[in-house]
Amino acid sequence: MCLGIPGKVVEIQTDGPLRMGKIDFGGVRKEACLEYLPNVGLGDYVIVHVGFAISKLDEEEALRTIELLRMLDPEGLELELGAIADGPAAAGDSTAAGTA
Amino acid sequence: MKYIDEYRDSALAGKLVDEIHRITTKPWALMEVCGGQTHTLVKQGIDEALPKGVRMIHGPGCPVCVTPLEQIDKALAIGARPDVIFTSYGDMLRVPGSTTDLLALKARGADVRIVYSPLDALKIAVANPDRQVVFFAIGFETTAPANAMAVDQAARLGLDNFTVLVSHVLVPPAMTAILESPTCQVQAFLAAGHVCAVMGWTEYEPIAERYHVPIVITGFEPLDLLEGILMAIHQLESGRAVVENQYARAVTREGNLEAQKTVARVFEPGDRTWRGIGSIPSSGLHLRAEFAKFDAEARFDVGEIHTQEHPACIAGQILQGTKTPLDCTAYGVLCNPQKPLGAPMVSAEGVCSAYHAAGRGLAAPAAFPLYDLKAAPR
Amino acid sequence: MSEKGVAEPAVVPIVDPANLVCPAPIPELARVLLGHGSGGQLSAALMRDVIGPALAGGGGEGAAAAVPAGPLNDAAVVDVAGNRLAFTTDSFVVSPLHFPGGDIGELAVFGTVNDLAMMGAQPLALSLAYVIEEGLPVEELRSITESVARAAARAGVRVVTGDTKVVGRGAADGIFVNTAGIGLVTEGVTVGADRATVGDVVILSGPIGLHGIAIMSVREGLDFEVEIASDTQPLNALVAAIVAVCPDVRVLRDPTRGGLASALNEIAGASRVGIELREETIPIPGPVRAACEMLGLDPLHVANEGKLVAIVPAASAAAVVAAMRAVAEGEEAVEIGTVVSDHPAMVTMRTIVGSQRIVDMLVGEQLPRIC
Repeated sequence: MCLGIPGKVVEIQTDGPLRMGKIDFGGVRKEACLEYLPNVGLGDYVIVHVGFAISKLDEEEALRTIELLRMLDPEGLELELGAIADGPAAAGDSTAAGTA
Repeated sequence: MKYIDEYRDSALAGKLVDEIHRITTKPWALMEVCGGQTHTLVKQGIDEALPKGVRMIHGPGCPVCVTPLEQIDKALAIGARPDVIFTSYGDMLRVPGSTTDLLALKARGADVRIVYSPLDALKIAVANPDRQVVFFAIGFETTAPANAMAVDQAARLGLDNFTVLVSHVLVPPAMTAILESPTCQVQAFLAAGHVCAVMGWTEYEPIAERYHVPIVITGFEPLDLLEGILMAIHQLESGRAVVENQYARAVTREGNLEAQKTVARVFEPGDRTWRGIGSIPSSGLHLRAEFAKFDAEARFDVGEIHTQEHPACIAGQILQGTKTPLDCTAYGVLCNPQKPLGAPMVSAEGVCSAYHAAGRGLAAPAAFPLYDLKAAPR
Repeated sequence: MSEKGVAEPAVVPIVDPANLVCPAPIPELARVLLGHGSGGQLSAALMRDVIGPALAGGGGEGAAAAVPAGPLNDAAVVDVAGNRLAFTTDSFVVSPLHFPGGDIGELAVFGTVNDLAMMGAQPLALSLAYVIEEGLPVEELRSITESVARAAARAGVRVVTGDTKVVGRGAADGIFVNTAGIGLVTEGVTVGADRATVGDVVILSGPIGLHGIAIMSVREGLDFEVEIASDTQPLNALVAAIVAVCPDVRVLRDPTRGGLASALNEIAGASRVGIELREETIPIPGPVRAACEMLGLDPLHVANEGKLVAIVPAASAAAVVAAMRAVAEGEEAVEIGTVVSDHPAMVTMRTIVGSQRIVDMLVGEQLPRIC
């Protein structure tokens, strides 16, 4: 679904019944529940949806996506296409990987 | 904003569009099943920038739009009660029921409040022990963990004034229903990135295999969508049909196990009616028996609900992707964002509202009520 | 069980939707909704369908039309013995009363001063009317009124008359403030929403979205921390600088409720021209963008209280921008678009893939989105 936006964990509060955190979204700070990401720590980026952090952002993957896009050449080399198709292989699952 | 701006770079967008054009040699029909993706595709004109033969069919990806009419009418009946504080996500407020909507109910004096998170609804219940607080728990798998946590907490706190009106829907059964339809034209899917951030993608592998359709898990920014479309077309052009993950920065194959555990503890799958489509087996979530006391439908007797869709509204066909708003006789004439006949015109991400806001198919500008456009321009 | 021994009904609704039999579309125009006050399409419809006709026809046969014909501008211009008097009124119902960057008192003064300034008039005098909710602390009333005084001094205008009423608890959100203002339109200046001409340049005085987000950040149920403050400020000095270098300025408008998009749509409609914007030129502060992302709002629809749009002939554009930047309230002035003959009455903006997308007017109340 939608409207989950990325933000940085700048505070963690464990005194209440639920593990909560303060998330910084590019200058806006709001509370979010961190119960579903027990391993997330200060400085990590998370995706927040309706007040809950649901996924930790993999910063390496994020950089990789942008780098691959930058490599795209109007001439369109097979190499680039193959690199994109192999992308999911980096996540470690052969079912999802394409064959170049 | 970090992790957003990079995915809106127009130079990279241009490259992706060129690349899509370069590799496409045949006509293809792709479907996205996510209101947020539909919104970006239409608003940014991405669907119109694709090669002529490539069609984006907008699937039933807006949970606001597919919430069955019966549930909206029940929400209205419950919200009208003087002892109830009815809480809901903002975009549900203008969805038309058979005869009215929550916003109009609020105008008539009902205590209807918008909440950003289900935990806010819980706070309202704790702060108002003498009132009944009802939360409208709608959404796809992305929102289920949040809604489940609210119910779980209500149980732990022993609240007796908090209930939820559940209307959760699941994506894979809807995709299967669409693929099973004899008129199905969909050849590849873009799967909703945040649904998969929660659920992972193991449920999609059998679908890709059985129906031989590529499924690419895609994010929400313009570059994500373009890359997802590129990956899907690449598979189609080479005859492959597997699950691929464009949204690798946020999605893993297993998904968020903690979230899945809580959802499974609080909810169980069951049949659900999708507005405009009908009943799809095992396509929804219902509260488990142990949490029945938090079910608003059990606590409040809402009487007989007679639902009635507006006869001119073709939302069903729009949600299944067999028609577009341009095929609808009411679109832009009888039905517009101010006076919506159906849910896809109300929700900010419904297909009809996305088209209307983009001005598609409208002879005159969307709404300029004060001035006479027939007079000659200066 | 009631005293009469009859079982009470299980459900006691205020209104039972199941009993309504009319199959027609939802009759939302039978009641005024919050959205009717938000400055977008619903507000326009209320004016067109209810208020306008009632004022025009209510005086009976032969009575002069109460509302003069013509496009709706920020203030009316009335001829008084050969002088053009600008006259405007505005009510301020903001909640909470104090917000980052200001309070209802300042808002009430600057809002009306700015409406006069948007007609090219320098403000002369204001009236101040209070509707106070019973129970408001006296200290609060004093603080707001002192704020009014400071704001009036800053704008160079006097509060010359007023009124005070008190209503029961629950009827006024603390306090409602109305201000009305008069000013003289500067000689040689004729601005109006219908004066934009093909070829003109659209100039914005500074970053948008600050006021609306500042208010939302403290509104109950949505609270979030953000380091931005409302941009509420008087614009009459800025307008004076503009008309000094360009007396032929065509349109001045402060994009309050409904945001930049709604204001430009009204102008495009009134002038029967198209407006094309360049997205990368529109200054939107980082935190405003972030808050809008979070809530699913469009920054172009968010209210501003200290910004203006000026539409000027292309030949004067550079001089006007320079003159604006020399004044504190306009130091970030920038050209953001042009007036075109294509798509009359529509405002468009280039998309990320290079096509033109339509920038629509706000429909009703801005509701935060989930999806």
